[in-house]
Amino acid sequence: MVATDAKPDGVAVMKPESSALELRGLTKRFDRLAVDSLDLTIHAGEFYALVGPNGAGKTTTLRMVAGLLRPDDGAVSIFGIDALADPVAAKQVMAWVSDEPMIYDKLTPLEYLEFVAGLWGIAPSASKPVAEELLSSLGLAPHRHERCEGFSKGMRQKVALAGALVHDPRLIILDEPLTGLDAVSARHVKGLLGDRVRAGCTVIMTTHILEVAERMADRIGVIAAGRLVAEGTLTELRQQNGHADTSLEDLFIALVTLQDAA
Amino acid sequence: MSPATALSWFARHELRLAWREWFAMMTGGRRRRARAAVIGLLFFAALLHVPAWAVIGRFADLQLPLDKSSLIVISATILLAWTLMLSQAIESVTRVFYARADLDLIMSSPARLANLFSVRIAAIALSVTAMALLFSTPFIDVLVIGGGLRWLGAFGVVVAMGLSAAAVAIAVTILLFRLIGPARTRFVAQILAAIIGAGFVIALQVAAIISYGTLSRFTILTSGTLAAHAPDVDSIWWWPARATMGDSEALLLLLALGLVLLGCVMAIFSGRFADTAIDAAAYGTSNRKRAKERPFRGGSRRQALRRKEIILLWRDPWLISQTLMQLLYLVPPALLLWRSFGDSSVALTLITPVIVMAAGQLAGGLAWLTISGEDAPDLVATAPLTPSSVTRAKIEVVLIAIAVIFSPLVAALVFASPFQASITAAVLIVGAASATAIQLWFRVQARRSQFRRRQTSSRLATFAEAFSSIGWAATAALLLTLPTAGIVSGLITAGLLAMTWKFSPRRE
Repeated sequence: MVATDAKPDGVAVMKPESSALELRGLTKRFDRLAVDSLDLTIHAGEFYALVGPNGAGKTTTLRMVAGLLRPDDGAVSIFGIDALADPVAAKQVMAWVSDEPMIYDKLTPLEYLEFVAGLWGIAPSASKPVAEELLSSLGLAPHRHERCEGFSKGMRQKVALAGALVHDPRLIILDEPLTGLDAVSARHVKGLLGDRVRAGCTVIMTTHILEVAERMADRIGVIAAGRLVAEGTLTELRQQNGHADTSLEDLFIALVTLQDAA
Repeated sequence: MSPATALSWFARHELRLAWREWFAMMTGGRRRRARAAVIGLLFFAALLHVPAWAVIGRFADLQLPLDKSSLIVISATILLAWTLMLSQAIESVTRVFYARADLDLIMSSPARLANLFSVRIAAIALSVTAMALLFSTPFIDVLVIGGGLRWLGAFGVVVAMGLSAAAVAIAVTILLFRLIGPARTRFVAQILAAIIGAGFVIALQVAAIISYGTLSRFTILTSGTLAAHAPDVDSIWWWPARATMGDSEALLLLLALGLVLLGCVMAIFSGRFADTAIDAAAYGTSNRKRAKERPFRGGSRRQALRRKEIILLWRDPWLISQTLMQLLYLVPPALLLWRSFGDSSVALTLITPVIVMAAGQLAGGLAWLTISGEDAPDLVATAPLTPSSVTRAKIEVVLIAIAVIFSPLVAALVFASPFQASITAAVLIVGAASATAIQLWFRVQARRSQFRRRQTSSRLATFAEAFSSIGWAATAALLLTLPTAGIVSGLITAGLLAMTWKFSPRRE
């Protein structure tokens, strides 16, 4: 376990504070071991892609980071805040987007963003222009006053993503955010995430589309059976496996097969 | 596969789905509970014989020919049951239209759609009839045991009523689709179902209050004025009453009428059923409801949550129809209150349990919608609020809504009887809080659209909520008439709540 101290204002702080996200010995067991003593460090301003086969523990890991699941063991530090000791402070600086967009059918996109901004305590004068800009950049401006009940999955996913960005989080956690999006929408989302990273935001994303991880991520983590089996830039991953010119897909299959055999 | 084989295969498929849905509803979706569900159902059915005996037992000796007053009472009871069946049937038909589930598969298959949808219409009729038989059996049993086998004809009347109610419901719903479109039909059909379900009883009560100053609908049904205007005893209008009492000719004619009506609806509407289903499935891609441009509102995080809940409740068609129904049920007591204004009539006491009961029922539904029915649970769970703040905000919304709806009635009661108003207000708050607490103890994450299935998550919670509302309503009435009995009733209801809490999953 990483040692924790308490700040004078009561916020539990973990050492060290340099990283955006730090997991130590994170463990979760359901009917089997889903995440097995996972250690992971993600630096501030980094785009990190977490890839792995189905049931590898990617979503479980991210749900524990987002505070949606309580780990059985281990520590989660978000910008130096102990997320298990002070979840409210940790949640204030991060946003979570799941693969299944969860929005309110009876609210309009603008009303949804107003609600999210209110939950994060953002002043209306600051959140309204940001909401309008986000909806515009995601191509939802013409629908901003329509209730979401008739929206396609792609539109709903974009509303959910706008909700994650409206409070300007320092850490964005996305679980398969491109599922169900058409090519144009996917490009919009990728552009938006790229802009956020360039502005200093940290993004951690799970994806089955290895091409996206290959193109967008600064570093890639490969997870299998709840353990991190490889990590690094694409070049580093290639070097680790002794294939200088192989694709991420070939690398991924090689790593996962190796893990299965072990 | 021949058309006949395909049709019988599809009928078996529909029956299997209907059976599994009903079974899941009874067992809360857990197969292991099957034995407990069967025992519980049998126990419940046996228990229903007690109130059935109290309500209907004294009529078992009735024999044909009957006088006009008796015929009016029996016919009105049958009409009341039929309106309830019609209300349930409209709700079922609307649900079938809007449930996309297997429509794509059915419509993309090479089978003849008119045939398949005829089977589906028959399945709706069957489910409405089966449900009616389930609830009417204890009453008919009591009549058969007390008055002889001739009362078995009542089962046939229930079947005829079920078939005709389903037929009318399908025709009404499809016509609504044609007239006002799929966007409005769902909402209008829910309102219509609520009005039909409650309308007949309420109309009788209103007539009884205006004419005789009492809430009892039997006063008006047995009045000489109504009998004087009623048709002769050998009129066709008394067929259902005569069939119930064993007139086999009338029974066969009623059954034939029900079957012909359903057959006609199948022949006329089965082809349009497909179009209507397509329209309903496409609903949402056009004619989206729009909100007005306005600035973002400020406030605390809990205020943001409360505001969201209030907007969602305001836009919830189920809630509007349910609130309307509760308010409709409050019309007769409100009317009685208005007529008895300044009067110390005992009849005025009846208002209190009605208000307390309505508040408890509505609070239970509202609490489920706000506490369990969260469509974006991940968003709320990842927001920088403690779980207790979220729960508190949601409970506040329930209590605010109850206060807004019931305050005017309690305020009006203050002018008639301040003591009664204070008892009503106090027990109403306890009743609403109890229903909310039960929903809190048994909360299960679900989508708001799953409201209809809320009872399946916990039978215990459903019964506890019902008994709590009844218990607090009885307590309020007794506190006004027999205070000691009222205190005992209150203690029993509180004990029931304590037991519910002890068995609730949240206690662990």
